[in-house]
Amino acid sequence: MKKTILHAAAASALALSAMGAHAEGKLNIYNWGNYTNPEMIKKFEAEYGVEVTLDGYDSNETMLAKVKEGSTGYDIVVPGDYMVAIMIGEGLLAEIDASGMENFKNMDPNWVDVYWDPGRKYSVPYQWGTTSFTVDSAVYGGDIDTLELIFNPPAELKGRINMLNDMNDVINAGLRYLGHPRCNSNPEQMKELLALLTKAKADWRTMDYSVIEKLTSKDVDLSQSWNGAAMRARADRPTLKYAYPKEGFTGWMDNVAVLADAPNMENAKLFVNFMMDPENAALTSNFARYANGILGSEKYMDAEMLDAPEIVMPEGAPVPDFVPPCDQDVVDLYNKVWTRLKQ
Amino acid sequence: MRDALQTQSKLRSAQATRAARKRRARLLLLLPALLVIGLFGLAPLSIALVYSFLEPGTYGGVEWVFSPDAYVQFLYERDIFDDTLVFNSAYLQIFGRSFGLAVITMIGTLIVGFPVAYFIAARPPEQRNFWLFAITLPFWTNLLIRTYSMLLIVRDEGFINLMLIKAGLISKPLEMLYTDGAVLAGLVYSYLPFMILPIYASLEKFDFSLLEAGHDLYATRFNVFRHIVIPLTRPGIVAGCALVLIPALGAYITPELLGGGKKLMIGNLIALQFGAGRNWPFGSAAALILMALVLIALLVSLRAGASKEGGND
Repeated sequence: MKKTILHAAAASALALSAMGAHAEGKLNIYNWGNYTNPEMIKKFEAEYGVEVTLDGYDSNETMLAKVKEGSTGYDIVVPGDYMVAIMIGEGLLAEIDASGMENFKNMDPNWVDVYWDPGRKYSVPYQWGTTSFTVDSAVYGGDIDTLELIFNPPAELKGRINMLNDMNDVINAGLRYLGHPRCNSNPEQMKELLALLTKAKADWRTMDYSVIEKLTSKDVDLSQSWNGAAMRARADRPTLKYAYPKEGFTGWMDNVAVLADAPNMENAKLFVNFMMDPENAALTSNFARYANGILGSEKYMDAEMLDAPEIVMPEGAPVPDFVPPCDQDVVDLYNKVWTRLKQ
Repeated sequence: MRDALQTQSKLRSAQATRAARKRRARLLLLLPALLVIGLFGLAPLSIALVYSFLEPGTYGGVEWVFSPDAYVQFLYERDIFDDTLVFNSAYLQIFGRSFGLAVITMIGTLIVGFPVAYFIAARPPEQRNFWLFAITLPFWTNLLIRTYSMLLIVRDEGFINLMLIKAGLISKPLEMLYTDGAVLAGLVYSYLPFMILPIYASLEKFDFSLLEAGHDLYATRFNVFRHIVIPLTRPGIVAGCALVLIPALGAYITPELLGGGKKLMIGNLIALQFGAGRNWPFGSAAALILMALVLIALLVSLRAGASKEGGND
């Protein structure tokens, strides 16, 4: 009872603030930090006479926690693939029916029927990329397209490896190396995984998110990495090569979505349509260094992005593996494995 | 007589109102501090306390169902096969490591800090301010930046290694970064002023002629130090130890940056529960357990300081 009163109060407060906000032509975007091209924002503001404010977050979970509290005042969020699925399930996203929008024709058909939003009722592509690893070819000259380099490294890479300090990325890489399925709650296989990770950890130097800094300072010669970060590190250390391991690697997509309680719903829809314009999608890619899933955006993209080995996958590379959100019992088990690994 | 009584009672009531007014004034003066403590100290703690007895929500948050699981989980885990509770030392080990590191940091700052404080206290009064200024100078820069600078100095291609290689003393860089030693050095450096300042405050009041008296009575240098200097500066030492130990326990940035993130510390363990771990009740419980342990440690150390002081009287 108390909760419903609270909810009602929150809803009416929101409704009031919504009316106030819309009249002024505003749009509040909540996106990952250092991920939004200021030029793209300026262009949107000029085109529609809308004043945009921008806030940043550092992980899907941070964003979810804040949005779940309600009445954030944000209109647009940019959740990762699995987080879109979670947020739809929690009723946090507005059904904007992107497929009916004018610029929907530009979306690469491969990105329409995705597991996290079949038919694109709630979200459109922002950026997409892969999570694999990048290695200095001057230090290790052999075949790099294998996870052996991480889990059973050759002598020259021992103690020269950085892994992402990310439970899911490390566990998923290990599961691929062992050939076990993702979102794994099989106790035997998870025991095997823990043994593998514990043994391999002795050969890792660090577990840290700051991939670019670790590589360019030459603290490590191999780092688990997102493809865009690998490209930015290569600009400083040209012998770096991004690997497409035969055992598989993670694919991910961040998506533009509108919050169910968005105060500026119409402006938010305008923005979603705006982001499917090839020129605007290219503005984002030129800034963040990832591909965008909008056809025709290549024309506006920086030349060095079009043939970057981090972005253009070679023939015969495995299809990127998009990992759906795991059930709570799997997350609990992962949590235990991760704690054991770092205890 | 009656008049006298009346004036007396008037006086008394005036005194009473004055006392009441004083009380009210004191309360009003305390109000801002109480509000800050209540709003930003007690309220979040109560939330953590309530959350720690709830069930974790799917995808973060909490379910409003009572459950002591978060505390049980700290020491026990359900066996994967037959669902019985078995003892699990993983979290205790993480707490143990953090405590160990904090205690060694405390000892390190004491060993480095005491002579420094003694040196400053032994200067002529007009010079002391300069030395105190020098001690507090690093605080003008953000902790993150100071820690990061340290990383730049000790890394493989950092200042120290480059100098040693240039000097021809080593051919390959020493691997100093991302070790327990690097974390310890970072913590000692960061918390050193917290040790120096309270000890200096004790030493400042110290009567150095007592040392001469000790020597006159044929005490060795060690005995003078042990029986005169230490007892008289004990309050400063205890305060410094507490001031270093407590923040070192919750240190987050230093172990993360200089340790390479391969091992969990208490701070990182708690942060994990609110992020990818999606277990807010356990995160709250871990934070409260840490606080309880710190409180106990603090009470014990204060009691130790007080009883010794009492013994000297």
